[in-house]
Amino acid sequence: MKTLIKIAWRNIWRNKLRSLVVICSIILGIWAGIFINGFSYGLNRQRTLEAIQSNLSHIQIHDTAWSQDPNIANQLQQSASILRALEDNPQVKAFSSRMLLNGIVASANGNGGAQITGIEPATENRLTGLAEKITEGDFLADKKNKILLGKALADKLKARIGSKVVVTFTDREGVIISGAFKVAGIYRGTSSQIEQLKVYVRQQDLQKLLSENIAPHEIALLTSSLETVEPVQQELQRQFPDYTIQSWDELSPELGYADEIMGTMLYLIIGIIMLALSFGIVNTMLMAVLERRKELGMLMAVGMSKRRVFSMILLETLMLSLCGGPLGILLGFLTIWYTGSTGIDLSVFAEGLQSFGISSVIYPSIETSFYFGTGLLVVVMALLSSLYPARRALKLNPIEAIRTI
Amino acid sequence: MAVIETHNLERTYQDGNQVIRAVDGIDLQIQEGEFTAIVGPSGSGKTTLLNLIGGLDKPTSGEVIIAGTPIHELSDNAMIDFRLKHIGFVFQAYNLIPVLTAAENVEFIMLLQKKSKEERRQRSHQLLEAVGLGDRLTKRPGELSGGQQQRVAVARALASRPSFVLADEPTANLDSHSTANLLDIMARLNEEEHMTFVFATHDQRVIDRAKRVVTVEDGKIKSDESLDR
Ligand SMILES: Nc1ncnc2c1ncn2[C@@H]1O[C@H](COP(=O)(O)OP(=O)(O)OP(=O)(O)O)[C@@H](O)[C@H]1O
Ligand SMILES: [Mg+2]
Repeated sequence: MKTLIKIAWRNIWRNKLRSLVVICSIILGIWAGIFINGFSYGLNRQRTLEAIQSNLSHIQIHDTAWSQDPNIANQLQQSASILRALEDNPQVKAFSSRMLLNGIVASANGNGGAQITGIEPATENRLTGLAEKITEGDFLADKKNKILLGKALADKLKARIGSKVVVTFTDREGVIISGAFKVAGIYRGTSSQIEQLKVYVRQQDLQKLLSENIAPHEIALLTSSLETVEPVQQELQRQFPDYTIQSWDELSPELGYADEIMGTMLYLIIGIIMLALSFGIVNTMLMAVLERRKELGMLMAVGMSKRRVFSMILLETLMLSLCGGPLGILLGFLTIWYTGSTGIDLSVFAEGLQSFGISSVIYPSIETSFYFGTGLLVVVMALLSSLYPARRALKLNPIEAIRTI
Repeated sequence: MAVIETHNLERTYQDGNQVIRAVDGIDLQIQEGEFTAIVGPSGSGKTTLLNLIGGLDKPTSGEVIIAGTPIHELSDNAMIDFRLKHIGFVFQAYNLIPVLTAAENVEFIMLLQKKSKEERRQRSHQLLEAVGLGDRLTKRPGELSGGQQQRVAVARALASRPSFVLADEPTANLDSHSTANLLDIMARLNEEEHMTFVFATHDQRVIDRAKRVVTVEDGKIKSDESLDR
């Protein structure tokens, strides 16, 4: 066995260039596979964090009827005690309440359907950093009847800072209510849909337009970390069993699924790369076997058993494949490790990416298990691609091989 | 005792609708310690006969009995094993594994026979010494001349302590100096160790040294003379 390994190893280096080409293609293929995976995973994670940060928050609390019927009537009647409970919970980092009214925003130049969001500016900013997203004008201040528009909606309405817009919605009796607001600022959102949909005003300004007192429809909060989301959620659910309390992945299941779906897809990509590589390996080894017809025929003639000839070619193919595999994985690991800490700045493309809800710096990362999975796939690929050339060697007829000397 | 015995040996090839009788009813006995040349014009059936005796090919009919074993009855795998144990081969070329040194090439056969490391080392050195390559043990075939390579092949053929050595045109690629040298070595192994050699050859230099010359023509033995040398 030791000698077979020695022979196989030396045989690989008989045609240095050819073996190096195969080894390099394996290294490159695996490296590219790992990098694509790490990049996609980083992209996805970024997108998730972004969505949590600016839209979803970790947990949202609504009235139980809200999800079926987002009606002005389905308010959080106990909002005061919820807010107090959040205040007292050390694992809650930030929270804010919102009134959500569906209505229309109109200017002299046009109108559009919108979700009129009544916020507490200070806590809202602590929760979602809304003030930082203002690109023109100012955040909501103490002056009354000011409104924040998304860039997309502002463009549609041809509204500028200081323009007057009219906000219209219905109260719980169906009475149409409108109010005039002045544009204080224009914000950029993670997508143009959001920019079209969400307009922000102060809760107290909304309240003044209505004849009766209303409570917020939504309370959103951030916990100290992703790990504390579940315990906080359970705790709140126990305190307020009558409300619907959802975590970010329940609110936006596609974010959670994206990870799983991508995991499968990425293995598929690696699989396709492996398949392409194995064709290269099979081809190279077939060439090697045919070139050495006479030598292999001689070995069988002098008494080398078929099993040994088979193992020799098998070993040779395995060693050739396994030369590149670990190097490719190592190179992939180093690339992910480096770019994962420095990040890859996509600001050149960021204009386009923003509409997908993606920020411009991606931090590629991969679960450790993926490296092992890839390593395993390399071994499986090497084994599978060695079978055919080795079988081919067995078909050689010693007499034929020797006769052509 | 006869180490090689054939009875009414036939091997035919079908070439289109024409039957080629490459070996056509050969009865041959070769005793232990003989130094025999099988000669004849090109296409007369020398190689075919040697392949049958060496168990590389199966006869169409007839028998091949090697050291008492009717080898035409063996299965393919048993035949490979039998060749390993009983028959030494020297071919015209490509006798050696290019990536192994001279000594490793000789040892390889013994490795297949599962001989101990010490025995392998000792015998390979002794055999390479005997063929005059004691100072070339660690050279690879590519670093040796054609004659030296053939001498390594002889050492390799003897490594397994076979019943006899079959050599098909062993000198075809060699100059006269190397040929004489190789023949000296084989003649000496024949004399001193009583090793049986069977050659198929055109080479007059080989025929001149043979103690028995079997002439084949059209797959039949035409003459068989023993010479006293
Ligand atoms: N595989 C084969 N298929 C068909 N015919 C064959 C085959 N092998 C040998 N022959 C024929 O059998 C006959 C004997 O061939 P063989 O090789 O034994 O001759 P040889 O005496 O060794 O010739 P040479 O001196 O040229 O080596 C030839 O006519 C050859 O064409
Ligand atoms: Mg011949």
